Amino acid sequence: MSKLEELIKECKKNAFDLTFNEAKKWKSESKNRVLVGYMPIYFPREIIHAVEGLPVGIMGAGDRKQIIVGDAYYQSYICHLPRGIIEMALSGHFADFDGFVFPSICDVIRNLSGMFQMAHIGKFAKYMDLPQDFNSGIGGEFYIREMNSVLSKVKEINGVELTTEKLNNSIRLYNKNRQLIEKIYNIRQSFPWRLSAVDTYHIIRAGMVIPVEEHNKILEEVFNEINKDIGEEMDNIRVVVTGAFCEQPPISLIKTIEMAGCYVVDDDFMLGSRWLKGDVDDSSDNPLRALSEAYLNKSTFSSSVYDAGNHKSKKLVELVKMRNADGIIFASPSFCDPALLDNPLYNKACDKEGIRYINFQYHENIGQFKVIKEQVGAFSDSIKLWDVEQ
Amino acid sequence: MVLQKEMIGGLFKELSTAKQSGKKVVYTFVPGNLSELIRSFDMLPVYPEINALQSGMRKKSAAYIKDAENWGHSEDVCTYVKCDIGMMLNGNIGPTGEKIPDPDLLLLSYTGCFTFLKWFENLEKLYPGVPVALLHTPYQENGEITTGMTDYMVKQLKNDVIPKMEKVSGNKFNPDKLKTILRHSADTEDLIVKIFNTTKNTPSPIDAYFAGVYYIGPINIGFRGTPEATEYYQELYKEIQERVRLGLGPVTPEGEMKEERFRLVVEGPPNWTSFREFWKLFYDMGTVIVSSSYTRVGGVYKNGFRHNPERLLESLAEYCMGCYTNLNLKQRVDLLGKEIVDYKADGFLVNSIKSCNSFSAGQLLMMRTLEDKLGVPVGFIESDLVDPRYFSYSNIKNRLESFFQMLAQRKEMSV
Repeated sequence: MSKLEELIKECKKNAFDLTFNEAKKWKSESKNRVLVGYMPIYFPREIIHAVEGLPVGIMGAGDRKQIIVGDAYYQSYICHLPRGIIEMALSGHFADFDGFVFPSICDVIRNLSGMFQMAHIGKFAKYMDLPQDFNSGIGGEFYIREMNSVLSKVKEINGVELTTEKLNNSIRLYNKNRQLIEKIYNIRQSFPWRLSAVDTYHIIRAGMVIPVEEHNKILEEVFNEINKDIGEEMDNIRVVVTGAFCEQPPISLIKTIEMAGCYVVDDDFMLGSRWLKGDVDDSSDNPLRALSEAYLNKSTFSSSVYDAGNHKSKKLVELVKMRNADGIIFASPSFCDPALLDNPLYNKACDKEGIRYINFQYHENIGQFKVIKEQVGAFSDSIKLWDVEQ
Repeated sequence: MVLQKEMIGGLFKELSTAKQSGKKVVYTFVPGNLSELIRSFDMLPVYPEINALQSGMRKKSAAYIKDAENWGHSEDVCTYVKCDIGMMLNGNIGPTGEKIPDPDLLLLSYTGCFTFLKWFENLEKLYPGVPVALLHTPYQENGEITTGMTDYMVKQLKNDVIPKMEKVSGNKFNPDKLKTILRHSADTEDLIVKIFNTTKNTPSPIDAYFAGVYYIGPINIGFRGTPEATEYYQELYKEIQERVRLGLGPVTPEGEMKEERFRLVVEGPPNWTSFREFWKLFYDMGTVIVSSSYTRVGGVYKNGFRHNPERLLESLAEYCMGCYTNLNLKQRVDLLGKEIVDYKADGFLVNSIKSCNSFSAGQLLMMRTLEDKLGVPVGFIESDLVDPRYFSYSNIKNRLESFFQMLAQRKEMSV
């Protein structure tokens, strides 16, 4: 087994560990340590890290757990993600977790925070209202208050005080994490055959459940491996996959896209890990403000952020051009208002720019891929044929 | 009712001639609406969700939704949004048959519903160049309004909303004018609370859901803070008091309900496309709704909140944060539980709306919690706001009949 294969194998083990064994093991090693679960999309993990906590990404149960209780909590017309999370919560997957943060994405995730509160899951369940006002003195101040609110809840549990030095150190580590992920994506842009989208997914997702220090080591090693001339190029088209920022597609769906003749050169899977475009100031006297400024000024575009005067369609088009992609696959979870309400606007922007695209919907435990494979295969073929004719 | 029709008809007439009269038009939403502020600048409000529900009641929504889906929208998403977009794609003809003017300002008061953000992103594309003022209302995640939350909202009002209103309207912000308007608002809110409290009587003189949506019409469509609204609610209250004195039940589309058999508290918006049929299922069975969460979507006043002329902007902020869908689930359960007890309800019913996650997500847990806490019988039906494809008369009838049978048995047992 090659070094890269070994790394991927390790990441595969952690990425879908729904009992969070690594995180729980980490917590058991010291008495002040806390585990704080966070839901998609973006959460400033640095603040938890700085107070002896491990921020653990909760991306849903996917297709790895049968949903029995969860369906009794949600109507059929609500997306699949929260029913998986409730199922996990009520069947003991989050034992040892101290608290949960629900960053603002949509009404479903917002109300899920209330369900956690009512069911007394964890010592705290905090809905974190991310500002939609992007002025430093207004939305920025509000965001700092929200971060302080989370910190005060953690302090009640472990008594650990936040210091400037500790938070700057955490910021440094997560800056490194984002840099490495970006470097991996950049290599994949030029040589997508060196690391498949499925393997990339496992590597990034593993980072949600292990300490950032360990994840950074893995990313560095992966980067070194794919920096070598490995693999063989295939006659695939290059696509950006978008819409999957919250409820995650099953691995088989990503594999289906690849098998249907596509290199996924960018995506919004686990967008929170790549949310900030650029570093957060790691030498500030006021690192909470530095995090706030980064959120206000360096956030990527997303369906969960209002885009007045900063249109996400334009940014998506720019991303496609930057990645030199042949087209876009809009893969959105069923009943996801944020993603689905964006699609007509995105589609129209693509029409205007002559960017080819397809749309389809999925849910996290979808089990039938034949239709999607045919759709993506036809899309891929049409682009190849079109380009030949050109 | 006549007075209400005149008020609403007058507003739409004024809107239809706004371009000629030079009045500026603000599109905004009912929850967290800043009617008073808009009026203080002499501008006219348009509420897209009111237009959507009116289209639903007038059987126009199915075609509008189809057009929005042809335009690219998924079947899965909010039908208010699609109905509104469909209406705009068809010339934006309002409920009275007159054209609704294009907006001069898009006031996105983002209160209790995330989809509002997406809705206005779509409107922004349909009306390019129209300025957008965003007011982000923090959610009461911890069941409270903190000074930090109020401060955040007041700063947004000062920094973004008011300057944009000044620019669009050409008028300077006038605190004295707003003060006078807020005084009227508080008077109206007092009356609203008194009106909805009359359902404590047996029989209840009004239906707080099906008729309640008409009663809240004027305050939810921009008349809160006007002398006309105060007059309307004074008249309404007088009429209702007379019904109480005479021991009369609520008025339905088929006349007065003679026998009150069941009293319910209802959670969730009504279905608009089959509104009459839906209502009939209740009054035919002698069921009156004594309280509903939906009539609080444009503001919760029962807990004592009143617009306060002495705290102008703070008061607007607190109003927004107090709207029903901006309350956390525990607050909602507490509010509904209190209503069940205060109004001596025989049961609790959820009308779960396919389009509205802000209401629907968590309703099943809320329902079970109330059942456990109060031992009250609970019922559950599903429909939609304005998409007739999701109103299944037979299914709803079957479920309601079973629910009413259960209530009847309970009553017999308690006798």
